[in-house]
Amino acid sequence: MTARPRAPARATLALGATALTLLAAALPAHAAGEVTLYTTREPGLVQPLLAAFSAQNDIKVNTVFVKDGLLERVKAEGARSPADVLMTVDIGNLVDLVDGGVTQPVQSAALQTAIPSNLRGSDGQWFALSLRARVLYADKSLPLTAFRYEDLANPRYKGKVCIRSGQHPYNVALVSAMIAHDGEAKAEQWLRGVKANLGRKATGGDRDVARDILGGICDVGLANSYYVGQLKGAKEGSDARKWGDAIKVVKPTFAQGGGTHVNISGAAVAKHAPQRANAVKLLEFLVSPPAQVLYAEANHEFPVRQGVALDPIIASSIGELKVDPLPVAEIARYRKQASALVDKVAFDQ
Amino acid sequence: MTIALGVLAPVLSLLWLAFGSGLGHWARLVRDVLPQAALDTAVLLAGVGLLVLLIGTGCAWLVSTCDFPGRGVLHWALLLPLAMPTYIVAFAYLDLLHPLGPVQGALRWLLGFDSPRQFRLPDLRSMPGAIFVLGFVLYPYVYMTARAMFMTQPAHLMEAARSLGESRAGAFFRVALPLARPALAVGLSLALLETLNDIGASEFLGIRTLTVAVYTTWITRSDLAGAAQIASAMLLVVIALVLLERHGRRRQRFGSAQRMRAIQPRRLHGTAAWLASAAAALPVLVGFAAPALHLVWETVKRLRQGNGISGALIDSLLNTLGVAAGVTVVAVAAGLVVAWAIRAQGSTHDGARWQGRAATLGYAVPGTVLAIGLLTPALAADAALATLIGHPGLPLMGAGVVLVVACAIRFLAMPVGGIEAGLARIPPALEQAARLLGESTGGTLRRVHLPLLRPAIAASALLVFVDAMKELPATLLLRPANFDTLATRLYAEAARGTYEEGAIAALAIVVAGLLPVVLLARHGLSETTA
Repeated sequence: MTARPRAPARATLALGATALTLLAAALPAHAAGEVTLYTTREPGLVQPLLAAFSAQNDIKVNTVFVKDGLLERVKAEGARSPADVLMTVDIGNLVDLVDGGVTQPVQSAALQTAIPSNLRGSDGQWFALSLRARVLYADKSLPLTAFRYEDLANPRYKGKVCIRSGQHPYNVALVSAMIAHDGEAKAEQWLRGVKANLGRKATGGDRDVARDILGGICDVGLANSYYVGQLKGAKEGSDARKWGDAIKVVKPTFAQGGGTHVNISGAAVAKHAPQRANAVKLLEFLVSPPAQVLYAEANHEFPVRQGVALDPIIASSIGELKVDPLPVAEIARYRKQASALVDKVAFDQ
Repeated sequence: MTIALGVLAPVLSLLWLAFGSGLGHWARLVRDVLPQAALDTAVLLAGVGLLVLLIGTGCAWLVSTCDFPGRGVLHWALLLPLAMPTYIVAFAYLDLLHPLGPVQGALRWLLGFDSPRQFRLPDLRSMPGAIFVLGFVLYPYVYMTARAMFMTQPAHLMEAARSLGESRAGAFFRVALPLARPALAVGLSLALLETLNDIGASEFLGIRTLTVAVYTTWITRSDLAGAAQIASAMLLVVIALVLLERHGRRRQRFGSAQRMRAIQPRRLHGTAAWLASAAAALPVLVGFAAPALHLVWETVKRLRQGNGISGALIDSLLNTLGVAAGVTVVAVAAGLVVAWAIRAQGSTHDGARWQGRAATLGYAVPGTVLAIGLLTPALAADAALATLIGHPGLPLMGAGVVLVVACAIRFLAMPVGGIEAGLARIPPALEQAARLLGESTGGTLRRVHLPLLRPAIAASALLVFVDAMKELPATLLLRPANFDTLATRLYAEAARGTYEEGAIAALAIVVAGLLPVVLLARHGLSETTA
């Protein structure tokens, strides 16, 4: 067995073989008709879209799923980076890529007509591809039809609230929006109230909110909209379906502005993209009507393009959104303040 | 020297990141983040430390001094939790102990409740929960070193204590335990380094340790400098633990000098025998059998639903084995060189000692932090090489060489420590004899030391292989395009929020990790008895 090298010669041979195999796998990355995508999104989510793109354009898509450290990796790779398209979720992450200097501006009429101007960088440095709303999951038996984000701090829900880590980008963005609407002092007061209402530690994922509601740990919680599609659309009899069936969804609104908080998934063209033309082609494809339908159906997200039908499960359990009028870029501006606030009230402790 | 530099490169680049851009955020971090994170880390380390000492030492003593039903299997089965990555065990236990899971379901049924809203156990996502999970997975580090110590402890010392009127317990606490203290320190420090390093399990169970703080500071506050500052502060804790481990090893050498009759296990009868069996079986059940069976059950469920074993899964298995093999070869070869250099320059030589210590720091730095630190120097070297050979991209990164080197640096402590300990057992007289007979230094190494070191090399190679298979954070950051290992595949499922779909990949990691652990257990334990 390799783990027990008896002679240095055999060890060198094994190392050489490993290196050669890896090298062989890596070399074709610069052939024509390819595009390399670095994504913080789990590739399974975007795979159907990429497959459709490849089939349509005869362009092979190479993917690297980099969960954390996308910016650091592209920065360190510098001018030799093979990355063409950088894809991520959360407006804060996108703006970080732009601020980190690893993106380049793109002028494309197709992108500009498909994406509303508040959902893309003014200089073409980033583009939103889909929307997700931060909604309330509630125990089915609760007589709730309307809800304000501010209500989550109401002592009526003491010990009844489940939510993931306050430092997660989805929650940081929500707190940023809260700061933008109500100011930092009120946002802090709200966070302290929510913290006091927690039924368990602020951890886990969004789906755990539904699971813990069924498990009796809490009655309400905030989570992203597309999980509703995953859970309620899961196979009959599976665990996920049971969790999904235990909840109903209420679209919360802010007291100011009266809309529901949304975040985006988006992409940018890498500064040193070796295949720039293919990169732009991929972005244009992702906002084309057929791809936007796929986004809605495969991921249960809200399309960024106007006039594209919602996924049927999302349509029936959530419906059309009244989006918070606050511009998305405004949310990104307060995110460091929001993150500091989460620390200050020890939300995750 | 080159190897020590290679290991220090990420640490130096980390310090540069930390202090190159000023201390702007430091005040806020010190006020709002660090006190709580440090306290939580301290409580977690203390809790896990106590639990692993209790389980590891207790079981090692039980197995070494008593004979009871099942001892023949349990004495090596107690090592099995080594094959379980902590994050997988945490996932499994959240399923098992959730109000909707089988344990609480059975309890409700027994007690006559029909909804979790009427009766619930406390949530696993808490400090006691994290201590429970980490303690039951990490105790084998203590068990392994304690067992080796008890096996080699001369029986006559215990007999002397007994004849002087000590009870069995008294003899244990006043003779055996103090003698085993250096070995316990080694095992304990390894378990605590793993705890400190852990990110998956702690974060999942809602414990905000320093490592998690490093992570959130970097990711959600986009503050790499702040993260590097916390990580640098953490290095102090780490250095303390490494020194504890070194201190243990130093003392260990004197303990194993004589060869005497070992302690003979005493046969237990009746209730005592069954109680002993139950006590030694419990850690195996909790730390290995229950989570492993849960994975098997989930896998069977998926397979029955028609989610077969995909080609992609086989590919990731092959990638995993390839990376782990490469890492093992590099780390063991480098470990041999470092351990040899330390010995050749004499253990009194300060420079050599510090190089040895520096070389083992990699194990102690959280994987992600190490990977971030390595990015800049490694890619600079890569670009230089690319210019030299006229390659348009980044050849080393693209071929996975950077990944293999990063993991080798991360796990270098194991071969260095293992081979150093092995070298310490070889009397200098053998080497002197070989040199007197006209053999060169290299020849002595090849013809005298390497054959004698084979068990130590094999054992550390197995440990590196198992850990490289489980490695996640550095692999996530440094792998080439279209390249998945089992761990990254599992992580991807978890990231999608469907971690139960990752059951097949998780089971594959455990099964693949099992073989080396069983080999290690049987090999290591039979070797010392012989």
